[in-house]
Amino acid sequence: MNDALVLMEGIDKRFPGVQALKDCQFNLRRGEVHALVGENGAGKSTLMKLLAGIYPVDSGTIIFKGEEVTIPNPHTAQTMGISMVHQELNLMSHLTAAQNIFIGREPIKRLLLDENTQNKKTKEIFDLMNLNQDPTMKVGKMTVAKQQMVEIAKALSFNADVLIFDEPSGALTDVETAELFRIIRQLKAEGTGIIYITHRMEELKEISDRITVLRDGLYVDTVNTQETSIDQIINMMVGRVIYGSSPEIPEERSQEIVLEVKNLSRGNELKDVSFQLMKGEILGFAGLIGAGRTETARAIFGADPFDSGEVYINGELVHIKLPSDAVAHDIAYLSEDRKRYGLCLSLDLKTNIVLPIYQKLSSVIGWVKDKQAYMISKDIVERLSIRTPSLEQKAKNLSGGNQQKVVVGKWLAKDADILIFDEPTRGIDVGAKQEIYTLLNELASQGKSIIMISSELPEIIRMSHRVIVMCEGRITGNLDYSEATQENIMKFATMRNGGNAIKSAQR
Amino acid sequence: MKSNTSILQKKTGADTVQRLMAFGALIILFVVFSFASPYFFTFSNVIGILVSTAVNGLLAIGVTFIIISGGIDLSVGTVMTLSSVMAAVTVRNLGMPNVVGVLAAILTGTLAGVINGVMVSKLKLPPFIATLGMLNVARGLSLVITDLSPIYFPLETGWNRIAMGSVLGAIIPGFDIPNGVLIMFGSALLAGLILSKTVIGRYAFAIGSNEEAARLSGLNIVLWKTAIYGVGGLFVGIAGVIIAARLNSAQPALGLGYELDAIAAAVIGGVSLSGGEGNILGTIIGAFIISTLTNGLRILSVPQEWQIVVTGLIILSAVYLDIIRKKASAN
Repeated sequence: MNDALVLMEGIDKRFPGVQALKDCQFNLRRGEVHALVGENGAGKSTLMKLLAGIYPVDSGTIIFKGEEVTIPNPHTAQTMGISMVHQELNLMSHLTAAQNIFIGREPIKRLLLDENTQNKKTKEIFDLMNLNQDPTMKVGKMTVAKQQMVEIAKALSFNADVLIFDEPSGALTDVETAELFRIIRQLKAEGTGIIYITHRMEELKEISDRITVLRDGLYVDTVNTQETSIDQIINMMVGRVIYGSSPEIPEERSQEIVLEVKNLSRGNELKDVSFQLMKGEILGFAGLIGAGRTETARAIFGADPFDSGEVYINGELVHIKLPSDAVAHDIAYLSEDRKRYGLCLSLDLKTNIVLPIYQKLSSVIGWVKDKQAYMISKDIVERLSIRTPSLEQKAKNLSGGNQQKVVVGKWLAKDADILIFDEPTRGIDVGAKQEIYTLLNELASQGKSIIMISSELPEIIRMSHRVIVMCEGRITGNLDYSEATQENIMKFATMRNGGNAIKSAQR
Repeated sequence: MKSNTSILQKKTGADTVQRLMAFGALIILFVVFSFASPYFFTFSNVIGILVSTAVNGLLAIGVTFIIISGGIDLSVGTVMTLSSVMAAVTVRNLGMPNVVGVLAAILTGTLAGVINGVMVSKLKLPPFIATLGMLNVARGLSLVITDLSPIYFPLETGWNRIAMGSVLGAIIPGFDIPNGVLIMFGSALLAGLILSKTVIGRYAFAIGSNEEAARLSGLNIVLWKTAIYGVGGLFVGIAGVIIAARLNSAQPALGLGYELDAIAAAVIGGVSLSGGEGNILGTIIGAFIISTLTNGLRILSVPQEWQIVVTGLIILSAVYLDIIRKKASAN
């Protein structure tokens, strides 16, 4: 094929504790949009970060424009003509849009920075994008959507031959997404090769020519978009294992309300959120990114304040101002970002597990009963079959799945009654996922009440006794497991409140 | 799985070896100086080193708690001075017994620590700024209270003997190790126990390692941080007692620069400035390295200004070695 732009073969990549990619392949032609899909943790971003020079390749070859290359750093990738728009924003909020776009290659005139030229060039790119934005505005003052557009402008400014978009539409409104697609089509017509990572199935048909599917770090297949149905792609993504089964619903469902939330509101993020959680129930929270699910959980847990609303536990009105109040009411919150919010990475496993109950494990003068702490954490490690050489193992040296189990173990040690899981299986491999599912079912059957926030529809459908669907800060659907189909959930998840909501989100 | 396990265990082993490095450095310093000068490894000189370590050692212990919890304390030097001033005022001006003076000093240090803690945890001031403010407040207060001139303890109070007398020498003749040294070692033992065996120590590590995770685990961060700064301040108060006893006076102009030596001792001893790592033994060894170096260089008649340069270089190499160590253990 003489129009091949990029050819990646036999790609392996390991991170401490995880095999991120194994014998992966990928190819890109000139003038095509090649979508890269897979579940969270499938290795999409990692594969592309190898191409963009952010991580080194462990083994395998990359052929770019017919020549084998090594890409040691992002700068080399950019000079070669490979440019990437990251999922996370990598902008310096105290600099202007133009300063961000030209960082590291600022135009110089008579030894001084030439801001005028820089701003003019930036304006030209913005015009190309139909983006009405002042180049001299500081990025920190912009909405997340605008920041994303600046990030895209930066990638465009390299005039790259290969452009990688890592879930660019996550933060964008419909209008901006449409604009992005227009730009992509224009670039494609000019012969640029475009790689588009996305979670949104509906975008695949609209923008892509071919689709490559990854699953758990392995290459699954590459297909032509026109010849393939979305269902086929989803099947390739999740594998049949997860898709087939349905939730374990107890024969007698408890009607005892353990947690009731009434009219929880905060600014534009949460609007009149009301729901009930029954004893022994797994209540799924579905919705697109930014729908307000995590915000709801954090507000209930006292991690963030809310403007108005009431929370009842076992029928009693409670005032939770701090996470410590929530923990005192036996509520636990397990964040999706384990490393940032769940674990003390530099401390050992034992300390992490008993962290919430240290005060209970100590005498009046604060002396810690280490033997008891040891026994409790040993019990938890065995119960959850956490794979670790010892209890003194530092949390950072465990794999993702085992780290997640440590966080779960922490709350088991605390014996929390209401457990809020935020993306419990993000970034962990299929085997460990299965164990987490089994664990959730066990907890529910023991009478623990569980809220499970998940962006993976198969996971929601498989696990939830009931599903709450959110969109733009409000609850749009409340479905029993029998009604919780992919189509149904997506319908409610995109039930926007007209143009009104979009405008207010932009402000 | 099995091979994986053994690699991880090897790593833990290597970690311990690295922690011994500071101790090794101290031994090497001793050997080198002993060969370089016949006056170095004598009973009286070693006692001199121990005595000169006492104050910095105590301050370093205090600052260790705070750095482990992810903070920093720049005020330890001048708060120590304020503590010694409060002791002097209590004993000389108010005519109280020495015990009350000691309590006044310790209380002053603890209170200053608690105030630092409240500023950092409740008012959310950056620790650098909060304690920089405290540095100046304490320094100014010392000068105001003393009206700019030193307060001397009357000889008959025997205040001087708190640090310079030797209880041990009275029991075992010839073994005249000054009380100040024993107090430092006793404090180090106490601090070590607090840090490794009590809730407050455990939470210092947890907060320093990941404050948000600790908060979401239900820890009352405001309360615990305040307590941690308070405990740090307690040892600073003890340092105030010792320095007042060594000088038999409260010197209000003293104290600036002590905080940097204390932080340096902790860092040399392996306390990570990003929090979550460190131990008291390392800190004490760090304090010894600094005073041994100063002492040895002085015996070799190296000019004082060069001693300062060498101390600076030692701090830089200690931190750099720490970075290399972390990189090695990460791979």
